[in-house]
Amino acid sequence: MAKFPKQRPETLGGYIVHGVPFPVETDPDSLAFLKRMTPLQIEQDYSITYLHSYGQDSPWFAAASNKHLLATQEADSGYTYATPRGHDMYSGEETRWIDITDRPAKIHAFTVCFFGSEEFLPETPYVLALIEFEDVNTLFLTRVLGLDPQAASLDWIGMPVEPKFLRNSKLKPTDVYFVPA
Amino acid sequence: MRPVYAVSGGVSKFAKARPDKTFQAVLKEAYDYAIDDLGLDFPTFTALVDGAVASYFSDHFTRQLMAGIMAQDYLGLCPKPGHRVEGGGATGGLCFQEAWKAIASGHMDICLAYGFETMSHVETWKGNEFIALASDVSWDYPVGGFYSGYYAMMVTRHMKEFGTTVEQMANVSVKNHINAYHNPYAQKRNRYTIQDVREAPMVAWPLTRLDICVMSDGAAATILASEAGLEKLRKAGASVADPLVRVSGIGRGTDAMRLSDRPHVDYETFIRDYATGQEKDDDETLSYYKKLWDHGTRYPGVHSFRAGRTAGNMAYKQAGITDPLHELDFVELHDAYTSSEIQTYEDLGLCRYGEGGPFAASGKAHMPGVDYGMKLPEKPICPVNPSGGLIACGHPVGATGLMQAVFAIWQLQGTIKKHFDDTKLQVKDAKRGAIHSHAGTGTYVTVTILEREE
Repeated sequence: MAKFPKQRPETLGGYIVHGVPFPVETDPDSLAFLKRMTPLQIEQDYSITYLHSYGQDSPWFAAASNKHLLATQEADSGYTYATPRGHDMYSGEETRWIDITDRPAKIHAFTVCFFGSEEFLPETPYVLALIEFEDVNTLFLTRVLGLDPQAASLDWIGMPVEPKFLRNSKLKPTDVYFVPA
Repeated sequence: MRPVYAVSGGVSKFAKARPDKTFQAVLKEAYDYAIDDLGLDFPTFTALVDGAVASYFSDHFTRQLMAGIMAQDYLGLCPKPGHRVEGGGATGGLCFQEAWKAIASGHMDICLAYGFETMSHVETWKGNEFIALASDVSWDYPVGGFYSGYYAMMVTRHMKEFGTTVEQMANVSVKNHINAYHNPYAQKRNRYTIQDVREAPMVAWPLTRLDICVMSDGAAATILASEAGLEKLRKAGASVADPLVRVSGIGRGTDAMRLSDRPHVDYETFIRDYATGQEKDDDETLSYYKKLWDHGTRYPGVHSFRAGRTAGNMAYKQAGITDPLHELDFVELHDAYTSSEIQTYEDLGLCRYGEGGPFAASGKAHMPGVDYGMKLPEKPICPVNPSGGLIACGHPVGATGLMQAVFAIWQLQGTIKKHFDDTKLQVKDAKRGAIHSHAGTGTYVTVTILEREE
């Protein structure tokens, strides 16, 4: 049987109050009583706009906005990173860009998020997954569409998927997402 | 290196919110308790302590930079040495080990390790966002940054790879909540059943709200000393607990921030670089692992924490432990999720990789004498999270690893009754325990071994 919430969600915000209860006199008894006060709590806003640089990873975002999925590769070993790295973690050498748009891909692990961080709450439920690609050594974190979030199943692991790209790029890793192939 | 003793500790009551006090004053509750338990007064201990290490995770939660110095001055520790350490969820474990280093190296004779976190100043969803900023903000956070989601992905892989079930995970939740029923410091003291856990609201499939720890306000403090430090404390009139508790091993490991970057190594590499001595020496276990690899398992992938395995192996080597399940009397480990407790059983060598699920439901990690409302197939061997762990005690990040240290000290001193006013959670004749502190998706992990001196 479904369980229904017994508590209303707590939110910030409310009336602005002018004037706070305080003893009229500051005699010793009244001052001692202050030790028994409940705390005052105020709201503080905090908002920042960052100028974030993708640095050496920038070409990946340029490629995604042009409907290509890039990876990086260490030239000698061929070790390939689905989530790009500017330098190989084993040799320390600089990596090169390769195009993996058409590589066979499948779901390696997944979840369905029914809750989330504040920024993503409006998007719940969403399927979050790590994708593995043929002949690629590492994974790629992405969203998967085209699956019923209410019917999550371990059978989704191993499911072939393919990339789709936003027509209007946002220059974010979510410019690419995956759907069942 | 010199022997290091963990002589005292204190924990504030962990709570959803502590608006009654600022973080410094909440911390002072834990600090005062630790001093009082030594039988010293504040000025006497202040004169003796050589310095401190501060542990708190997030500057965002308090919207305060350099909160560590505000704690240091509130505790009256200026102008003594002090610094802050930060390593996500492992911050408390790192802090304890930094204090250990200060003593072991001879730099200090008495060192305070303290930690705190106030997570209640923002709404839960904003708190989730702050925590998710501890994932790569170029690649991970924008895709749906949510730690419960990351851990849920890891466990779906564990389930697929090893057959781990949601009921086995729920066993961990039931165990830890019911343990905490006897711990007055715990935030959640509830009796749940496996059915309750599975019927709780789904957060990130297959993890429900009762598979996941809660955000908390709280603080913890521990006092470490050298032999010379013990002498100074005794001379000042301290009643240092007998038997002494010595820190006999420390270990740390790390892994890539992005889950996607974790390696998937072959069988030979796993055995060479990561298997425990016990695993390497057992033909049946080698054959078991060979079969796993033949069926496609690779290590650590996203189902296991090589940072935890590395930290455990390092700490066990220093402490001379070869069979952790039978040579540790208890473990306090970082169960931010029921799934991560299962993963950590395996990392710490309490069972083999792939066997964490059955181990959780076996009863081997349960407390003897506690009624879990279910029949367990096997007897307890090494209770895991006798305190209730993060799932029930709460997880005020900077305090958590130190809370584990305090509970371990009390277990080994045999003083749980004194501190909990309840004997139920006292591990009988506890001689050696491990504490395990874990950050991110397994990025920093510490393991520390504490032992009762005979």
